[in-house]
Formats: sequence, structure tokens, C-alpha cells
Amino acid sequence: MNHVLRVEEPGLSTTVQDLGRPNAISSGVPPGGAMDRFAHCAANLLVGNGQAAATLECTLSGPHLVAEQPCLVAITGADFDPHVNGKPVSGWTGVFLGRGDRLTFAGRRAGARAYVAVAGGIDGAVWLGSLSTNLMAARGGLDGRALRAGDVIDIAGEPAKPTISGRRMPEHLQPNYIDHTVHAIGGPHFRRLDPESRRLLFDAEFTVTKDSDRMGYRLDGPRLETSGDELLSFGLAAGAIQLPGGGQPILLMADHQTAGGYPVVAGVVSASLPIAAQLLPGDKLRFAEVTPERARLMRMALTSALDSVRRAPVR
Amino acid sequence: MPPLRSTPRLRIHPLGDTALLAELGTRLDTALNTRAIALATVLKKRREVRQAVAGYASVTVHFEPDLITQEALGAAIKRLAGKRPPMPEPGRLHRIPVTYDGPDLEAVGSALNLPAEKVVEIHSRPIYRVFLVGFVPGWAYLGPLPEELELPRRHVPRTLVPAGSVAIAGRQTGIYPLPTPGGWHLIGRTSVKLFLPDSDPPCLFRAGDRVKFFPTKA
Repeated sequence: MNHVLRVEEPGLSTTVQDLGRPNAISSGVPPGGAMDRFAHCAANLLVGNGQAAATLECTLSGPHLVAEQPCLVAITGADFDPHVNGKPVSGWTGVFLGRGDRLTFAGRRAGARAYVAVAGGIDGAVWLGSLSTNLMAARGGLDGRALRAGDVIDIAGEPAKPTISGRRMPEHLQPNYIDHTVHAIGGPHFRRLDPESRRLLFDAEFTVTKDSDRMGYRLDGPRLETSGDELLSFGLAAGAIQLPGGGQPILLMADHQTAGGYPVVAGVVSASLPIAAQLLPGDKLRFAEVTPERARLMRMALTSALDSVRRAPVR
Repeated sequence: MPPLRSTPRLRIHPLGDTALLAELGTRLDTALNTRAIALATVLKKRREVRQAVAGYASVTVHFEPDLITQEALGAAIKRLAGKRPPMPEPGRLHRIPVTYDGPDLEAVGSALNLPAEKVVEIHSRPIYRVFLVGFVPGWAYLGPLPEELELPRRHVPRTLVPAGSVAIAGRQTGIYPLPTPGGWHLIGRTSVKLFLPDSDPPCLFRAGDRVKFFPTKA
């Protein structure tokens, strides 16, 4: 019996995600995977999994889950105020659930996406090399769809032994989802921006509009002006900041279109994508320009934070 | 191998810190696209490259930033791009039946001053090249479309284009693989499925393939 969690309430949109299917982009299929890779990887490490194991990505609200067998779970990312059997539990910590224990979420306090990892990893349908759910193609994860009440989640493999609860990411290493500064490097078509727009891109405040999902965020802010001939379509990447004719940028996220012909004026660095992943419609953000060297240091800081979880002392 | 005499004007641009765009040129050109596909194929074999995707005249390279810096990868790409590409394999030829009864067929004819039958004849005459697969699953940019059919995109895109619609815009033609919004002119439809979610790769066309449309009755 691999049944590990029964879904009492699914939450607004809870999907199975792993590190995605980067090889599928040459077929036009979005790479997908967890929007906040840092929180996803941390959740896995806290329960002794490899980083590539699948987790549940819970958007805006959390599910109610009942343990079908004793298991070790960890909740990271957005703070939706997790509870076990009605008592608050800490995020970014390995938590042991006995058979019949109920994991619930009282409400959103910060961030947009929480991750739930289970020791052994979450099982599901593999599509093009990944368990990640792609809602448009209705493939991967749990029948290619979001969780529903009554679903039963299986574990993919044996939990790492010994299962250790209480492993914790130190508070100072947990990301700060309050600061909405998103770091980026000037992109292929940065020079198509007029001088004033170049300044505004890295200076002005932008608002995440309601037209925002796992594919990307439409941003509202000062109109940015570009010039130049129409571009031939080219391959895109998560974090690309596209600028369509209307002058309002689009930030591409995990389920982004794989090619396009709008100018890409900047690219969000990998260490800042987790921050972007935690933004909600209505949130304000600023882009801050960084050098490749600074991007490398930011990446290393996240890697070493994850390493510290692997080595974390257990109370 | 000696470098090509016409060493391309290769430009490398960062796309964040884990990808870059290598631009071979800015023209819609079969030779440039052949080079882009060849370069992507070679780059995919490198350990530090996660994925390389050819565009019309460019390659987008996703790399492991802990294994190589962007500068070093850019320099390697410049060396590779200077080499003579291997003879391209002739792409597979797909014959696609089309019922030319699209909602824009008459309007396209009027805009171009051509009877609808002539639009059909011109569209189904060439063997098109798959320049690029991407945008949405299964979408392929085909071309070049004969100049006689060149039109800008519709001013107001449709909010929903049915899957299987055969469309034209600029010097390009294509088939909508999924119901999506779209701004191209719809001149026909086909029952051939382009997005094959349960196959790997999950799409019918690959970059470098050739496509011939032939008219069928509804």
C-alpha cells in the first residue's frame, strides 16, 4: 500500500510538481515544474528526499490532507498557517504525521505558493520525463489536473531511513517574501528601449495584474517604449521579461510559451525566480539590475542554504 | 576545419543567468535556419548544456551555470559557429490534406486582389520548411510563404482559433495545434493532429522537416 495522504479539501489549485521537463521545450511543451524551486527543494531535503522528488504546489490556499499511513512531511514556501490536528506547526520543518492525523491550513499570511513534501516523494503519472502537472495538456501528476476532494496520494518510493522529524531550515536562511525586489540582467533587446524606458525598467514599480498564472505575469506600470524591426521568433526561458507592443511587460514563469517574437528586455536571474513565484495579483515589484557575478553569488547563497538543511542538526 | 569565409555575425546575449541567446542573423533565411539547427544539435551534446533550441536564425542555450560561465560558453559557441556545419539531413516530408474553406479565405483574396482559388493554388504549391517548433505544444512556424500571399497579421486577433486551422501571416504559414487565441488569417483546416501528447517527442513536426499541403474537398 503506497497510499499516504487522502485529500479532504483540495485548496484553490494544488498540483503535483517536480523540477519539470526541460527537454520538452524543443517540442513547444513548457518546461513546467515547481514555480519556487528553492522552496520545493528545501521541502524535499527536510524529509530526506532528493531535490527532484515531486511535491504538492498549493496556490493561494492549502489543501486539507489526512495521513493514510505514518509519514514525514514538510511545508515550505508561502505561509498558509499550517496546522496538524488543529495545532499550529512550523513551516520549513520536518513534521511527523501519524495515521489519521490531519494537515490543514488556516489561511494565507505571506506568499502565493506553499509546497508539501512527503518522505519517499509524491507519485503520479510521468509525462515526457517529469511528474509535473501540465493543466493545458492534461498530462503529468495526478491525471494531469489539480487535486480534488477524495483523491488519494501515493508515495513514489521508500522513505530515506532513518526518517527524522524536526529537521529545520534556520530562520535566517528562509526566504523573505516581503521584499519584492526581483533581480535581473539586461536582455537581448534591452537596447531597443529608449533611454527613459531603460531607466524606468530598473527604477519604476510594477504591479502584478490579475492576468497572471503559472505561464507568466502581465505587469502594469509605466509604458516602456521600444523601437526596431519586427523580430524573428526565438526560444524563450523562464524569467524572460517580454515587451509586447502595448509597452506593458510580461514576466515568463514555469509554464511559459517556449518561443516568441516580442523583444526580451531583461531576464530575471535564477536566484530571484523563487521570489517572483511568491507574488500575487496586486503585489508590487521592482526589478533590480545585477551583474552575472552577483547572480552567481545569489545562486551560491541558495545552494548553501539547501546544503545546510541536509546537514541540519536534529533536535 | 577551415572557418567559413562568410563567418556569421554571431551575437551572444544573456537570458538571465542560466540561458543565453546566440543570434546568427536577423533574416528569414533557410541557410541561417539550417545553421541554427546544426548548432543546436552540436551544443546539446555538451555536458554543461541542458538544452539548446533553434529559432529562425538563433539558438537559445540553457546551461548549467555551475559548470561553465556565460562568457566561456559564448566563446565556445563562437568557435563552433565558425566551423562548417555538417551536411544537413533532408528533413522528413509531411503531406498534409487541407480543406480550404477558412473564414478568412475570401478576405485574404480581396486584400491580395486574387480569387480564392488562386490563393489556394499558391498556398499549396511550395514545399515549406519547418523553421521552428515552439510557442505552444506542437506549433511549427512554416515558410517561406510566397510573396504573393504576404499580409500583415489581423488587427484584432481572434480570442479562439479552432485546432487544425491552417493560417498565414507575413512570409509564414502554420497550423494551430490547439484551440488558442491567434492573429493569423485562417484559410483552411486539416484533420491531421500536430500535438501528440502520448508520443515522445509529442509533436508531428520537427525543425528542419518539410511540409506539403494539398487541397481536399470538405
